[in-house]
Amino acid sequence: MADGAAKPDAAVVRDALGVGVAVGLSGFAFGVTSAGGGLGLLQTCALSLLVFTGASQFALVGALAAGGNPYTAAAGAFFLGVRNAFYGLRLSQLLALPRAVRPFAAQWVIDETTAVTLAQPTRRAARIGFTVTGVTLYVLWNLTTLLGALGAKAIGDTRAWGLDAAGPAVFLALLAPMLRTATERAVAGLAVLLGLGLLPVLPAGVPVLVAALAAPVALFVSGRRGPRAPQDLDEISKDRAKDTSEAEDKAMEEGR
Amino acid sequence: MNTWIAIGLTVLGCYAVKLAGLLVPAHVIERPLVRRLAALLPVALLAALTAQQTFAQGQALMLDARAAGLGAAAVALVLRAPFLVVVGAAVLVTAGVRALGG
Repeated sequence: MADGAAKPDAAVVRDALGVGVAVGLSGFAFGVTSAGGGLGLLQTCALSLLVFTGASQFALVGALAAGGNPYTAAAGAFFLGVRNAFYGLRLSQLLALPRAVRPFAAQWVIDETTAVTLAQPTRRAARIGFTVTGVTLYVLWNLTTLLGALGAKAIGDTRAWGLDAAGPAVFLALLAPMLRTATERAVAGLAVLLGLGLLPVLPAGVPVLVAALAAPVALFVSGRRGPRAPQDLDEISKDRAKDTSEAEDKAMEEGR
Repeated sequence: MNTWIAIGLTVLGCYAVKLAGLLVPAHVIERPLVRRLAALLPVALLAALTAQQTFAQGQALMLDARAAGLGAAAVALVLRAPFLVVVGAAVLVTAGVRALGG
């Protein structure tokens, strides 16, 4: 790689543990929210074990609790999860995982592991960062989900404890770093208007899906104003990943 | 049963997109327009979900303690507080305002 500066393994592990522990503990909020929204213990734990992407999980239990039908609820959760495919593109170049490992590594391709991995200067550091963040987060997220779901029953009315504010706070924390340019803020503003404005008139779960249309609308409008520099997360890592991407594509072709 | 259907679909869909990112050659889905859309889609969804879960009660809009909690979360974010502190601030302030009868 172009930027081959070595970084001590211990420093990578420390970064990864920091992120893994902090976010992993917030599984408690998910467990409580899910159980408070009427899902059973098994259902709540199944979501954390098998879906393992927080925003989609919160979106699904929120939509179900609001009375949405299972298909619109799952659609909202699915569209939120689509971003992970683009994280995977970057990670597969940086990590150069053997094909046999990919189906297992895939479950850990989420916001936090991507952020830690992209921040590493070498492939070795990237692999350590991805693995440590993934393990820490998976174990803690599932443990705290279980505790949260059990705790929700013990503490009774989750609203009295303000725990119904945990879901939207998680969404806001994920959203805030994405609002870098006028386009993103315009999309967010339009989505809020659509999401709230349509809420009284459309079936539960549907307004969120309609609000998602703010994204293509903004792209269309900004496209007509002329091209602009893309500023998403992928771009930041692009230069670093570029030198590995061609070799990776070639390796993938040969592996087939 | 409906809940299990929703869980099953979400499990399959979310795993499929994760795996697709690792398996599909980059040039297949990495076109500038697709990438821009993929970056903006979560912005729209997260914004709508934040607003709804803060201001909706069933199908009605309502201003209650959750709005104060979200305000606290926003302040924490501006102060660059860690993730857990942001969520904790929202929960504490919401509970506090409710306890005061808000």
